[in-house]
Amino acid sequence: MTGSFAHPYIPNAAPDVKRAMLDAVGAESVEDFYVDVPADLRLQGPLDLPAPMRSEAGLVRHMSGLLGRNTSTRDALSFLGGGVYQHHVPAVVDEVVDRSEFLTAYAGEPYEDHGRFQALWEYQSLMGELLDMDVVNVPTYDGFQASGTALRMAGRVTGARRVIVASAVAADKLSKVVDYVRPDHDVVVVPVVDGRADVAAVRAAVAEGDVAAVYAEAPNFLGVVDPALPELAELAHEAGALYVVNCNPISLGVVAPPASYGADIVCGDVQPLGVHMSFGGGNAGFIATRDEEHLVAEFPSRLFGVVPTTVEGEYGFGDVAYERTSFAIREEGKEWVGTAAALNGIAAGVYLALMGPHGMREVGETIMANTRYAITRLSAVPGVEVPNADAPHFADFAVRFTGSRTVAEINEALREQDVFGGHALSERDALYCVTEVHTKDDIDRLAALLEEICK
Amino acid sequence: MVNPVAGLGGRVGLKGSDGPDVQARARELGAVPRASERATAALEELMARVGAPVVLTAAGPMGEDAARAAGLEPDVRYVPDGGRTTAADTVAAAKALALDVDLLLFAGGDGTARDVLDAVGTSVPVLGVPTGVKMHSAVFGVGPRAAGEVAARVATTRAFTEAEVMDLDEEAVRSGRVSARLYGHLLVPDVPVRVQQRKVGSSAADPYAVGGIAAELTERVGDGQLVLGPGGTTRAIAAALGVDVPVMGVNVLRAGRFFAADVNAAELARLVADHPDGTWIAVTPIGGQGFLLGRGNQQIAPEVLRAVGPDRLLGVATEAKLAALGGRPLLLDTGDPDLDRALAGYRTVITGRGRTARYPVQGA
Amino acid sequence: MSAPANTGPVSIEDARIAPKPALRRFHQARWDEPLIFELGTPGTRGVGVPAPEVPLDDSLPESLRRKEAPGLPEMSQLHVLRHYLRLSQENLGVDMNIDVGQGTCTMKYSPKVNDRFVRDHRISELHPLQDESTVQGVLEVMHHLEKMLAEISGMDRVSLQPGAGSAAIYTNIAMIRAYFASRGELEQRDEVITTIFSHPSNAACAKTAGFKVITLYPDADGYPDIEALKAAVGPRTAALMITNPEDTGIFNSRIAEFVDIVHEAGGLCAYDQANANGILGITRARAAGFDMCHFNLHKTFSTPHACGGPAAGASGVSEKLVPFLPRPTVEFDGTRYHLDDDRPESVGKMRPFYGVVPNLVRAYAWIMSLGAEGLREVAEIAVLNNNYLMKRILEIRGVSAPYAEGKRRIEQVRYSWEELGKDTGVHSEEIGVRAADFGTHYWTSHHPYVVPEPMTLEPTESYSRQDLDEYAAILAEVAREAYEDPETVRTAPHNSTIHQVRQATLDDPKTWAVTWRAYRRKILGQ
Repeated sequence: MTGSFAHPYIPNAAPDVKRAMLDAVGAESVEDFYVDVPADLRLQGPLDLPAPMRSEAGLVRHMSGLLGRNTSTRDALSFLGGGVYQHHVPAVVDEVVDRSEFLTAYAGEPYEDHGRFQALWEYQSLMGELLDMDVVNVPTYDGFQASGTALRMAGRVTGARRVIVASAVAADKLSKVVDYVRPDHDVVVVPVVDGRADVAAVRAAVAEGDVAAVYAEAPNFLGVVDPALPELAELAHEAGALYVVNCNPISLGVVAPPASYGADIVCGDVQPLGVHMSFGGGNAGFIATRDEEHLVAEFPSRLFGVVPTTVEGEYGFGDVAYERTSFAIREEGKEWVGTAAALNGIAAGVYLALMGPHGMREVGETIMANTRYAITRLSAVPGVEVPNADAPHFADFAVRFTGSRTVAEINEALREQDVFGGHALSERDALYCVTEVHTKDDIDRLAALLEEICK
Repeated sequence: MVNPVAGLGGRVGLKGSDGPDVQARARELGAVPRASERATAALEELMARVGAPVVLTAAGPMGEDAARAAGLEPDVRYVPDGGRTTAADTVAAAKALALDVDLLLFAGGDGTARDVLDAVGTSVPVLGVPTGVKMHSAVFGVGPRAAGEVAARVATTRAFTEAEVMDLDEEAVRSGRVSARLYGHLLVPDVPVRVQQRKVGSSAADPYAVGGIAAELTERVGDGQLVLGPGGTTRAIAAALGVDVPVMGVNVLRAGRFFAADVNAAELARLVADHPDGTWIAVTPIGGQGFLLGRGNQQIAPEVLRAVGPDRLLGVATEAKLAALGGRPLLLDTGDPDLDRALAGYRTVITGRGRTARYPVQGA
Repeated sequence: MSAPANTGPVSIEDARIAPKPALRRFHQARWDEPLIFELGTPGTRGVGVPAPEVPLDDSLPESLRRKEAPGLPEMSQLHVLRHYLRLSQENLGVDMNIDVGQGTCTMKYSPKVNDRFVRDHRISELHPLQDESTVQGVLEVMHHLEKMLAEISGMDRVSLQPGAGSAAIYTNIAMIRAYFASRGELEQRDEVITTIFSHPSNAACAKTAGFKVITLYPDADGYPDIEALKAAVGPRTAALMITNPEDTGIFNSRIAEFVDIVHEAGGLCAYDQANANGILGITRARAAGFDMCHFNLHKTFSTPHACGGPAAGASGVSEKLVPFLPRPTVEFDGTRYHLDDDRPESVGKMRPFYGVVPNLVRAYAWIMSLGAEGLREVAEIAVLNNNYLMKRILEIRGVSAPYAEGKRRIEQVRYSWEELGKDTGVHSEEIGVRAADFGTHYWTSHHPYVVPEPMTLEPTESYSRQDLDEYAAILAEVAREAYEDPETVRTAPHNSTIHQVRQATLDDPKTWAVTWRAYRRKILGQ
């Protein structure tokens, strides 16, 4: 039975074709190709895998059954944030990145894959405008990696060992960053006070010397856009360290780009810019610097550049400073570069082109207005407090439940009403999030439900 | 400029073509000069890329014929005295041409390269079209057409680097002994390897960089005494360490600073004796043959090698240089077969910061 | 050609279209598209944004307010779409070409039906912090995919967290580091051994993780030199990171000996199976004794390459390394799937959350559509295609397949144009650019070039015999041109979107321009 089934993904499985090709190369059977695989390494018998679903209809039915056991943020009203954000993804973004020509391209040359080079260079350029920086990389995997790499870059530039973390950082991100910089750097976390940097403590930590970078987030993990961000730049620079800031790019139509208040390396994740959440699988990391040779030299990522061709008026592209090697004695490995998240970068580029300068300002204003409204509205609910409510917030904000019920219990009660409450930071604390997709009614509904539940 | 007799010896099994007697013997054995024809191929390649250049040359078989065969109208600036071309003609022609050219393209072998070195030093960039029997020097294109291609680049990119001129003592080779030395350096076009094919997934370790090797050496040697053998790689390493060492010979650094230049065997032995516990020797394979010891660095004599000990004899080479050996082992010819045996095996070759290879090394 | 006259009777012959020429008269799309910054009209926009229904917030201090609007283009929706559709046409995706030229990348068909699943909002609009009860379907997919990859590799557990292949290599080296740290041996074991033919990320990730790297070169037959390995191992050895077959496509039949030598010295062995396409169902990492391995799901398991990601990696480990896997793992308690974050010895997070979930879904669906027999057929046909293509390629003048002459190859071959280069002065890179004039990709090799004038071809199971014949015919034509008309090859591309680029300015800090604003400032002086 199976012998006559040529799988639709495998054209030469058709028996006559297969035989003719074996004859053409003078082989009895495919076994001839595996003579170098010793018998004791050969798998005896077939792999133990589920029976195949060879019909497309059967596969669709199977997968539909699995997908049916998920409830998406479209089926419910979600207030989850904390690193992955629910934003509207414009239809044109999907239309572009779903194109076969982009989706299935890979690593061709600047000629036959010219479109990919141009789209990625334009992504770099659009991000450059948003970030007020002249150099932006082809995306790395995600914002975690971007932070880790940005700090190692700072380490290579300064030759110093200590990294001072001045903001509230998500525990998972900190875990990755600490692991990643471990061979060369000690990470010193200065606890925040009232959701904001403890400037005096940061100054004391910096004063101990050997500082490669002061690291901050804008907004930080708790959604706070810390008014001390510019002051941290001064602390870093006085100590000869670099100021590394991780920011949420969708805030930058309203919030000042970190370069404007002294950041030397800016990094983050483009997910908010037109990339679907996909259960936490939609990410791309950006790293940006000024156009200074000693900074550019430390990028492990690819950087595309625009160049002339032999024909006037034609744009060509290629890799900038590909042989990025340090001539310094303290030469260290420049990490690695590999397949990462290019198409999500293209998505972000399309998003920025669609939004334009006005759209970016408007989306930032709407998110900040909704965040402020949600903070005010929830603060008014008995049994609910919003710590640091007076601080500027963007999208995320922490909530404390002072009544008898835990975050888990409250979230369970919300879920019964098809509402996803903020995720637990502790038994009594949760991180809530609103974006431009939330309406006033959505926020009012949440407040009303919490009023009921926390009673 | 063509050395019309270069390569004459090779096809008839002689180990070179230096000197009129050997050339006569080669002709007796039926050798036909092919240098001119190879020079023509290089010129054709050059013209295909940048159009017809202005060519200054020497008369007849010394270049004029090759240029005309390529369809060029050369300006003849040197005419030999007649009869067979000699090394003196090569030197004189090179001197005459060097005054007015952007690049001195010469067709010949190691012997010709030596003559060019004597004539022009590093006063003008040169490039060899390989036609000789002995091809140990690093001043030649890999083939005539490749030489033409490299020459064409000079029209657009004026970047030059120094390359080794090596030669064997042909008399010694013919009598069964091998003896080579580094004669000096010529200025050749610096051709970055074309790196256009940059796949996603290429990590950034540069297989051609020496900065990392210099850093690794510094870490290992610390404040000790470092004996640097001759060669382009070691000289670049010295430069990365901030030390400008002479172009030839064995040089000695102490605590990362220049200490002694171009030392001979006796001087080296004395310096090593001063620092019995604190000396390292770094040598790089020279020329295309992969000799780690015994070609061009004979000053590092067996006694010195024994005094320093095998653990402090460090091979240094870029990954690209090792890769170019195509799996052939590195070779030793210290002149002391017992020592060669003792040093043979899989040795550490430093290829970068924290990066080494275990590479086979054997007696020649 | 003039059309038949309109008057008079026509014959059957008048309607006959001559057969197609042997080679395609390809020309790539050339829209001569401006940069996006040169498009647009002030005052236009591409998408509407929800206006605030509540008062604006003015809590930002002046120093943290954006002063000048970002210099983004202002474009209507159609114009953004059109720009990017034109750029999309100036690409050669797998779906458009006989993509056997990007060797080592395993360019195979990525089934369209699998894209549908990940565009469904029940994947694309899931938030990773949702309650587990609302994501049982996707957790089940991840759990089953892990089980299937464990079966395919013979390993005990598999992490699906790495973002791509190199991230999986890094994950493995992070686990190696954690393993020796847990045994108090990390100070001592600071060396990782790899081979020059292994993907450069093996060496680079090991260095990033703080190890020293020892590289082995091939012996005369092209195998990694086992004697060099014996000389390299010792009490400082942390691990061997090796591929088999390497890029030459020659299976190293002594691989188990390599593993034994390293184990004897107390080191771990990691198998780089980025590309396992030729050995699915034939041999497993575990059989040779490996402690860990990794797969690239965007290679062997069909997820799209997406212009260079998002991709996905999977790191498989044996029992003793399970405690060090990235957290969380996906567990099943008999009734429900859950995420286990309580793993004290874990290396922690390798990326945000759990992995590149869309590609996990695609890989799962791909394996489910093929089953055990289908996977084995993938391997066998990929290898058949490779050996068939090798035969066709070696009929071309000037090309060879170095090492192990006469031997069959597994899934790919690193060829050499050394002879053609010596004969004609034409380089492998130039052949590649010219081959693109016929609508194909082509790749040389990683650096350094161990094989001179290299070319690496990997025909997966996705291409038909006619496809392979066509690809070989294209290279034969380019080789013929190299011998007879090298100018045509050197001045390529002729049928591409653009002409030869001038790359020299890319390496000079004065002239490189990574963004439009840098170009305006440095080159246009604005």
